[in-house]
Amino acid sequence: MSQQWETVIGLEIHAQLATKSKIFSAASTAYGAEPNTQACAVDLGLPGVLPVLNKEAVRMAVIFGMAIEAHIAPYSVFARKNYFYPDLPKGYQISQMELPIVGVGHLEIEVDGIAKRIGITRAHLEEDAGKSLHEDFHGLTGIDLNRAGTPLLEIVSEPDMRSAKEAVAYMRKLHELVRYLGICDGNMQEGSFRCDANVSVRPKGQKEFGTRAEIKNINSFKFIEKAINYEIERQIDLIESGGTVVQETRLYDSVKDETRSMRSKEEANDYRYFPDPDLLPVFIDDAFKAQIKAELPELPDAKKQRFKDQYALDEESTTVLTSSRQLADYFEAVVKESACEAKICANWVTGDLSAALNKSGLEITGSPVNHQRLAGLLVRIADNTISGKIAKQVFEEMWQGTATADEIIEAKGLKQITDTGAIEAIIDKIIADNQDQVEQYRSGKDKVFGFFVGQVMKEMQGKANPGEVNKMLKDKLK
Amino acid sequence: MHNKTIADLAKGLRSGEFSSVELTQSFLDRIKQHSSLNSYITVTEDLALQEAMAADGRLAKGDAELLTGIPMAQKDIFCTQGVKTTCGSKMLDNFIAPYDATVVEKFNNAGAVMLGKLNMDEFAMGSSNETSYFGVVKNPWDTNTVPGGSSGGSAAAVAARLAVCATGTDTGGSIRQPAALCGITGLKPTYGRVSRYGMIAYASSLDQGGPMARSAEDAAIMLQTMAGFDEKDSTSVDQPVPDYLAGLNNDLEGLKIGLPKEFFGEGLNSDVAAILDAAINEYRKLGAEVKEISMPNLKLAIPAYYVIAPAECSANLSRFDGVRYGYRCENPADLTDLYTRSRGEGFGKEVKRRILMGTYALSAGYYDAYYLKAQKVRRLISEDFKNALSEVDVIMGPVTPGTAFGIGEKIGNPIEMYLSDIYTIAINLAGVPAMSVPAGFVDCKPVGLQIIGNYFAEDRLLNIAHRYQQVTDWHQQTPKGFE
Repeated sequence: MSQQWETVIGLEIHAQLATKSKIFSAASTAYGAEPNTQACAVDLGLPGVLPVLNKEAVRMAVIFGMAIEAHIAPYSVFARKNYFYPDLPKGYQISQMELPIVGVGHLEIEVDGIAKRIGITRAHLEEDAGKSLHEDFHGLTGIDLNRAGTPLLEIVSEPDMRSAKEAVAYMRKLHELVRYLGICDGNMQEGSFRCDANVSVRPKGQKEFGTRAEIKNINSFKFIEKAINYEIERQIDLIESGGTVVQETRLYDSVKDETRSMRSKEEANDYRYFPDPDLLPVFIDDAFKAQIKAELPELPDAKKQRFKDQYALDEESTTVLTSSRQLADYFEAVVKESACEAKICANWVTGDLSAALNKSGLEITGSPVNHQRLAGLLVRIADNTISGKIAKQVFEEMWQGTATADEIIEAKGLKQITDTGAIEAIIDKIIADNQDQVEQYRSGKDKVFGFFVGQVMKEMQGKANPGEVNKMLKDKLK
Repeated sequence: MHNKTIADLAKGLRSGEFSSVELTQSFLDRIKQHSSLNSYITVTEDLALQEAMAADGRLAKGDAELLTGIPMAQKDIFCTQGVKTTCGSKMLDNFIAPYDATVVEKFNNAGAVMLGKLNMDEFAMGSSNETSYFGVVKNPWDTNTVPGGSSGGSAAAVAARLAVCATGTDTGGSIRQPAALCGITGLKPTYGRVSRYGMIAYASSLDQGGPMARSAEDAAIMLQTMAGFDEKDSTSVDQPVPDYLAGLNNDLEGLKIGLPKEFFGEGLNSDVAAILDAAINEYRKLGAEVKEISMPNLKLAIPAYYVIAPAECSANLSRFDGVRYGYRCENPADLTDLYTRSRGEGFGKEVKRRILMGTYALSAGYYDAYYLKAQKVRRLISEDFKNALSEVDVIMGPVTPGTAFGIGEKIGNPIEMYLSDIYTIAINLAGVPAMSVPAGFVDCKPVGLQIIGNYFAEDRLLNIAHRYQQVTDWHQQTPKGFE
């Protein structure tokens, strides 16, 4: 039945800008401090205080605008959005309404190998509200204003997405982009990147949009997909059973995996937007835009293409390596430092290193093994000082401590033995001690060859050059 | 001592004729003696004497400025660290600011002595000081009449010599109108000349702090301290502050004065008009040329103002919600109850009226018709001033249609009350500076002359007012019983 329905999705994403201080005050934006210790007079909305715009927030918004090839408004205006809530100290939120800083732009996504361009209507600057805390106050509500005044960039998409999958792809792409640009840490648990989804359905082929519901404040990729899929089914079921969708705001309950009504359009606030007389309009000239453009980092898509071309890497490795700017930079630093084959560097970065980081819950920037030390290890594999297997052992050691690969190899005596005489003696001894297996091998049981390699390596504590061992074993067993 | 100008007092303090402590004590005594005027909400006696002592120290060290040791007072709209700041409202009856307004900080740095916080209309909304939660202020020239508003406490205190000088704020005439009705000199600077940081907002795009004093010279000394860019106020203007005293005596030969015919028509009391004629004649004698001009959009000022100011105030006053500070109702049942009763009980009638007007004007479906239209009118009015001031150097006219009216006379009729600001409101909409200068008396009640100048021409206005005060003594008159 649902084949005849088409879903229409638009997303509003709030990205918390990675400024040191708040958008209109000098208080710190750091997360996790004791309640109300990072709220100054301006954040508290004391009588007489005035907002002063943080230029860094403007710069970051322009960086974003440039990255999505958007129109940057030469003149944009802050407006007051009026509503009462205990964690909104002034009784209005400073936002942008008619003249946002970033105008129409776009982002390319890919779902199941099919590329699609998603339109971005606008992106505007605004301040975050505080938090209401309902626990531990014996029936009362506590207010924490540390978050009040944190700069947000609200990024509004066109209703261009047609499935939850596309919505997730768009959200992921945007998440990757803002982190690439260094304008948002993307931490979804801490609420640095959160999403409202506008969802509606319409019969396939119909031009007009259906009535939409807005699902508020979803802060994970998993939940956005589930919430949208639930909402699509709910709306289709409702229409097919003769009902109509009402325009409303809904909340997603991740425990029950359902959305439920929060407030209807009738109950919605009239926000009475008007230009904030405390703030001057923001003027952005061509020189400023040119400067930002010059400083713009290589964007994810371009980097991915370059990695394929320059390093001859496959799709999977490039996707992983370019998933963050820091990881890509690390990889390139390893290649440069070690002068090893890019593929081997990629294997180590996406393999052992990434696994170790995941296990420890670390980001690449917090890696105990920096690019010089990893490069030092790869050099020793390349020049046959150690085998790949020993290298894993050395890497373990490096992860735990601060020693270089060379220091570990030296201290532990892990240097690969390439002395053919020493290897030959061992091989001779193994062959003499295992005549049964020699017979089996010679009668055609190739599998037994592995047994001999294992025995030799065991005897030599893994330090023998495996190529050399293979070659000599084959000769002796003929 | 209390009849001296700032310059004379500064001399006396330096010559050892009296100390700041003595001077301060004499003012504190006068404030007590004349407490029935109700010009002060808070008198900071101990703090004042401490500051006076510190000022005497600075004077002894030779590290004093003109204002060091001078006892003055702040309108209770300016936040003062550790001292109650009420804004004339029950809402803030218990509010002690944790910081100083920039203007207060500047006076503190200059070593001025703060005698206390002055009464005012609630949240600066009013033209008679009758909307104050702390009661009406009496006009020292006739205690049955109002001092004007909203800076009524400031004007009455300076006129009655209960402070050497005082700060005021002016959103639609709140410095000039009470200055006129109390016979003192008041200056509303160019919007952006004086920082608004720490000055509790009524209508942010119109509010401007300024000096209220005995003379243009005293106002110049005050403005010298008050004016200047403040990085905490984005709307303050980063432009050098001239030496306001240096040009006070400049010649007025060839000064071009414009008299808008719209200012002298129907509605202006004929006795007041006669006084203005005489004042303008004095300027002719000082070498000025006078011509009639026309500013056709002035008549639109009051309706535009009563859309824009309430719209801004409806948002500015949202922070007074009973959640973090200020008045909170007893035993709120829930959040809505907390909001509605705290605000319903904490705000007075006029404040609630303006919040409602502003909320209505900004509502969906009305925004274009009211707020946007009013902003267009505002631009037309600004154009009128620009055009006029390209033709003449200054514009002169009345400050108020008549003299001080009786307590209770207009409070029941908001429209009539609003019309008492008919000559001052347009100036705020345009953002230009303007002064009120004492120009005579009708039935023993003071009349003010308004002098309006171009953007940032405060120095010129002070010069023009000062030269007039050199040839007249209206500004030196003292109300009976306060000599």
